[in-house]
Amino acid sequence: MEVLYFAWVRERIGLPRERVETSATTVADLVRELCAREDRYAAAFADLSAVRVALDQELSDFDAPLQGVREVAFFPPMTGG
Amino acid sequence: MRVAVQEEAFELGAVAEDFAQANNSAGAIVTFTGIVRDAPQGGLVAMEIEHYPGMTLKALNEIAQTAMERWSLADALVIHRYGRLAPGEQIMMVATAARHRKDAFEAAEYLMDYLKSRAPFWKKEILNDGATDWVAARGADEDALNRW
Repeated sequence: MEVLYFAWVRERIGLPRERVETSATTVADLVRELCAREDRYAAAFADLSAVRVALDQELSDFDAPLQGVREVAFFPPMTGG
Repeated sequence: MRVAVQEEAFELGAVAEDFAQANNSAGAIVTFTGIVRDAPQGGLVAMEIEHYPGMTLKALNEIAQTAMERWSLADALVIHRYGRLAPGEQIMMVATAARHRKDAFEAAEYLMDYLKSRAPFWKKEILNDGATDWVAARGADEDALNRW
């Protein structure tokens, strides 16, 4: 699946998007997998209350299943307007 | 109804005039414009606005469509910019047209509340000492959604 990062999540991880091969079944599992990879992921996901997730461009949550999902995006709370 | 996500500036007067002309039987038109303001501590050089291209238009369309239905609007317009903006530049605008002002005002406020917290934009302040600061979402903005 494609994993996208925005704003300071992107800056901490150091890239805007990447293709991830994963067997994670939920968003939380995916986050755990990423954090185990490298410190920069652990730094970006240190406080999950400050991170939001969208699945296929719809706002979702960390308990959500990943089955059938093609695009996961992680970002801070939005500040539009 | 129209939503636009763009890097270039918009002509507030011309856009508002076009919207008013297109809705000259509506009775009430409200417009709101958001402007880049200085950082709390001063010294803002620019505001960089990042967005999620695949999601932004979809989110804006959903928000505007909900407003159209909920307040029986004759029309609604949302323009939101991204990229590097200088202090004083226009970031975004909304316009609503309805038979009566209450619907037009309320729908405009609804649009603004949802754009703040549910449209995938992020703002970064660039300061004159070289420091940069991501603008944090405020709890009050999230709370504002509860009134709808």
